[in-house]
Amino acid sequence: MTLRTGSSLGKDAWIRLQGNRMAMFSLFFFVFVTITSLFGPSLSPYDYDEQNLEKVFEAPGVDHWFGTDNLGRDLFARVTHGGRISLAVGLLATLVSLVIGVCYGMTSGYLGGKTDSLMMRIVDILYSLPFTIFVILLMVLFGRNFILLFIAIGAVEWLTMARITRAQTLNLKRAEFIEAARALGYSHKRILFVHLLPNLLGPVIVYATLTVPAVMLLEAVLSFLGLGVQAPMSSWGSLIKEGAEKMDAAPWLIAFPGLFFCLTLFSLNFLGDGLRDALDPKSSKD
Amino acid sequence: MKKFIFSRILQAIPTLLVIATLTFFMTRFAPGGPFDSEKAIPEEIKVKLESHFGLNLPLFEQYLLYMKNLLKGDLGPSFKYVGWNVSEIIALAFPVSLTLGVCSLIIALVIGLPAGIIAALHKNTIWDYLPMSLAMIGLCLPTFVLGPILILVFSSYLKILPPLGWYSWPDLILPSLTLGLFYAAYIARLTRAGMLETLKQDYIKTARAKGASPSRVIFKHALRGGLLPVVTFLGPAFAGLVSGSFIIESIFFIPGLGKFFITAAFNRDYTMVLGTVLFYATLIIFLNLLVDLLQAILDPKARQES
Repeated sequence: MTLRTGSSLGKDAWIRLQGNRMAMFSLFFFVFVTITSLFGPSLSPYDYDEQNLEKVFEAPGVDHWFGTDNLGRDLFARVTHGGRISLAVGLLATLVSLVIGVCYGMTSGYLGGKTDSLMMRIVDILYSLPFTIFVILLMVLFGRNFILLFIAIGAVEWLTMARITRAQTLNLKRAEFIEAARALGYSHKRILFVHLLPNLLGPVIVYATLTVPAVMLLEAVLSFLGLGVQAPMSSWGSLIKEGAEKMDAAPWLIAFPGLFFCLTLFSLNFLGDGLRDALDPKSSKD
Repeated sequence: MKKFIFSRILQAIPTLLVIATLTFFMTRFAPGGPFDSEKAIPEEIKVKLESHFGLNLPLFEQYLLYMKNLLKGDLGPSFKYVGWNVSEIIALAFPVSLTLGVCSLIIALVIGLPAGIIAALHKNTIWDYLPMSLAMIGLCLPTFVLGPILILVFSSYLKILPPLGWYSWPDLILPSLTLGLFYAAYIARLTRAGMLETLKQDYIKTARAKGASPSRVIFKHALRGGLLPVVTFLGPAFAGLVSGSFIIESIFFIPGLGKFFITAAFNRDYTMVLGTVLFYATLIIFLNLLVDLLQAILDPKARQES
């Protein structure tokens, strides 16, 4: 008889994820994009807002790796700088929605009864609202405020997160280890955050991975409508907008930001799918 | 069933009131007003204009007045389009957006459903991988990237389709395609998943055992269950088509409601913003109700619960 060592859920999931080539490739690509965005601006000899009117619409080459735009600004510097903004918006707004959604869902599921049905009713009603319209309205009316952008996007995305967390909480509430914690007389706060929270994180992490691209898309939509970051700052959405206006003269202006943006969304979606399969083998696709 | 519809309509009324209130105060607390344009207008005219539209009244009185008119179905006059009522503008602009939305949805269904069914029937073969990889690309290609690319290919290089405008039917092709392809990709994935789930069910085995032809098993038995997720998605899809049309309308210069809404918000055209938001909200709530009903018809289990 051989002695079997225990294996944690997280370790199991990591091994399963490693088996998924597409997801691993996506993970590496995402890390690569993140590093490029973080250090790219300092790699490039040009600043993202440095104009050079003698070198407008220069095609990609040795001097300017991604070419230059109508003001002679280096596109590589602009794309990597835009990447910082897009990724920051994606990650931070997801974090906002994660915190709101998990707290709301956990409270609702843990308390149960009338409170639960009331809280979920509110979520149902909010679900039926045209939120994108509200976000656009908010941005138009109160100006392009960066903080407001996070709050607005986070406020839209927390609803599904709350539902997922609640369903998980309901499942786990009756589990023996929670009953044991209650029998030991632990406070509700301790049960919620020390015992319940770590165990319901799996599906929440999967959904968060899929929220990041959704948020980045929303930010890009706002930037495209001229409501996102302000010039001379750039995000991928605003670069794509500028590129689309000048694509007849300089197709690389839309090609590079578009490529970076699409591939990042692509990799995050694949990573999310892979994580779902890894964390919950039962729900995996055939 | 009647009770279900009735309670849902009753529930919609407070929701709409909350939306109206929220939007009303949001627009009013935002900096700027409808008559603060760059071109300075003489103070007396501004005062006169404001009193004409009731903007000089206390805020709460304005709110009550607006609500009273709203209950009568009157959305008020536009502040910026002189002589036009908000409902007249909506009646003029919405059909444009609707045409665009319906065409996109048709494209999405015509491409997405067959692709998903074929992929499910040929699981793990090239006929599964090919459409599903294309669908993944379609999902990650945002409309504002796809739109310019399509213009570049079909208008600038091939010169077979007009790049923008809204004059004749060829103008409809590129915008609907841009908006529809994303939803086609989504629907293909949903259809595939739904069909795979349904094909595993016992009643499909029973139908096969009874000697039903493969096409009968698929079209008569499997599709009904397999399409449920797609039907559920149609509600959010329609809402998405509405907001997605904002972008399409700004890329292709189409005079739809989305364009009016954004212009109105920039101009602080209070009544126009409120009217559009309420119109969109009503539309989305109504469509969600429709989707729920459709679901109840297709799925006996959901029918019992409601």
